[in-house]
Amino acid sequence: MLVEPIKSRPVYKGITVDPRARRHIFVLEGEGANALLEQKDKLTPAILAETDILYVARGSVGRGYEEALAALDAGSDWTAPTVETLLFRLKVVLGSADMGTRLYIAGTEGFIGQAMQIALDAGMDYSAIPTEHRGSLARRVQCVHCKGITENVTTSPFTCTHCGLSLFVRDHYSRRIGAFQGVIIDAEEPGNVPEPEELYL
Amino acid sequence: MSQTDFSVRVASVTPVAETIKRFRFERVDGEALPIFSGGAHIVVSMKDGSVTRRNAYSLMSDPADPSGYEISVAKAEESRGGSVFMHEKVKVGDVLTISAPVNLFSPDWRGRKHILIAGGIGITPFMSMMAQFDKAGVAFELHYAVRERARGAYLEDLVARYGSARVKTYVSEEGTRIPLEDILTRQPLGTHLYVCGPDRLIAGVLDAGRDAGWPDYNLHAEHFLTPPPGKPFSVELTRSGKTVAVGEHESILEALEAAGVDAPYLCRGGACGQCETGVAACEGILLHNDLFLSDDEKASGKKIMICVSRFEGQRVALEL
Repeated sequence: MLVEPIKSRPVYKGITVDPRARRHIFVLEGEGANALLEQKDKLTPAILAETDILYVARGSVGRGYEEALAALDAGSDWTAPTVETLLFRLKVVLGSADMGTRLYIAGTEGFIGQAMQIALDAGMDYSAIPTEHRGSLARRVQCVHCKGITENVTTSPFTCTHCGLSLFVRDHYSRRIGAFQGVIIDAEEPGNVPEPEELYL
Repeated sequence: MSQTDFSVRVASVTPVAETIKRFRFERVDGEALPIFSGGAHIVVSMKDGSVTRRNAYSLMSDPADPSGYEISVAKAEESRGGSVFMHEKVKVGDVLTISAPVNLFSPDWRGRKHILIAGGIGITPFMSMMAQFDKAGVAFELHYAVRERARGAYLEDLVARYGSARVKTYVSEEGTRIPLEDILTRQPLGTHLYVCGPDRLIAGVLDAGRDAGWPDYNLHAEHFLTPPPGKPFSVELTRSGKTVAVGEHESILEALEAAGVDAPYLCRGGACGQCETGVAACEGILLHNDLFLSDDEKASGKKIMICVSRFEGQRVALEL
């Protein structure tokens, strides 16, 4: 299926620790832990002392990362049971953070998008937040018809989990809701739905 | 006069401090001027004998007041003629041409809080910004430093208008300095910082901001350069077929205007990018003085900002 390039499609440029920041908050999901672990050599004791790690394994192949992150001996290190609890904690942490704080987000696109929403609500600008895509290509998709959001979409088209329409997954991305847009694929000829392709495994 | 210019009469000239005067302009036809946004500037054209000088000045009156515009002009120590002309020649009742307002220093309205840092006459863009912040109920702090009290424009006025909690003043002659580190390390997320004043102040504040861990995105500066003097040269223009001589104390843009060539411009200070001009041929060195082109673009030798940059060598041709 031809997917035309769309400007709103987020670009994740990768995470590098900014030594000038006075506090570092790493928000990591599953294999996103590697985005931090792989820069061990840049993590001086001074940086680590001012580092907070918020990690969630989710259902990904996140095994073993919890121990590896703990071994970094950062200022604080916390593993959340679910993405929702992590986002709630992030909101509290950013609520009292100051301008010397750098937030880094790594994980799947759906996770990055949701953490980014919390950060934007806290007054940060997306261009000042380094992000790194790790793990599955699964997308968080909003049905433009019923507005319901379906997590972990790996195929296009897919069936909306809220209203049951067959949706074509576009690259059109909403930063405000942190999701790609899904549009009905068989509007002209109901029932004529192409075979789903696994585009986002 | 282009369509976006206005013919204005000088309604008042008020001495504000040593070497600083405030000018009020009202339209000759009595019509309203456009309202503008905080941080905007206008370009004032001055007919000084056979020379037309054009200088950019920040608007400092209330942006919502269309009855007139006010600017404050400091007599520059190394004036190229503009500020001296404004101080010595311009009188109440004179008619001048001004451009429509242009804003290259607009605050980020998504910001939760705004820190304004001014040095000397750099206070002017913040005066219109503060009027707008105050009306909109947006949190701001002004930190305003001057060398000596006698040269400090509006020191007392601003404290009286916005209160000593929001306006802090510093006088270097009296040994008070902006406590940058203290200011920068206690700001909530979503704060934006703006600095306007001498180059040294701007560089110092931006550096201190980065050292305090601020993202570049939240640090803003109003950088206007004055065209530096240099060796005279001449430019060939490929489209109009003219050859124009550029004098020692003249920018390429000023020389073109004097020769009747209508070249695009906005800020006249190397910041906005409007006067970007293609270089058709160059046998020599382009002396890039602007803040707009990237290092790669400067090195490519294909573009020049004619408001501040110069040339040294045999021959240069511009696509104009």
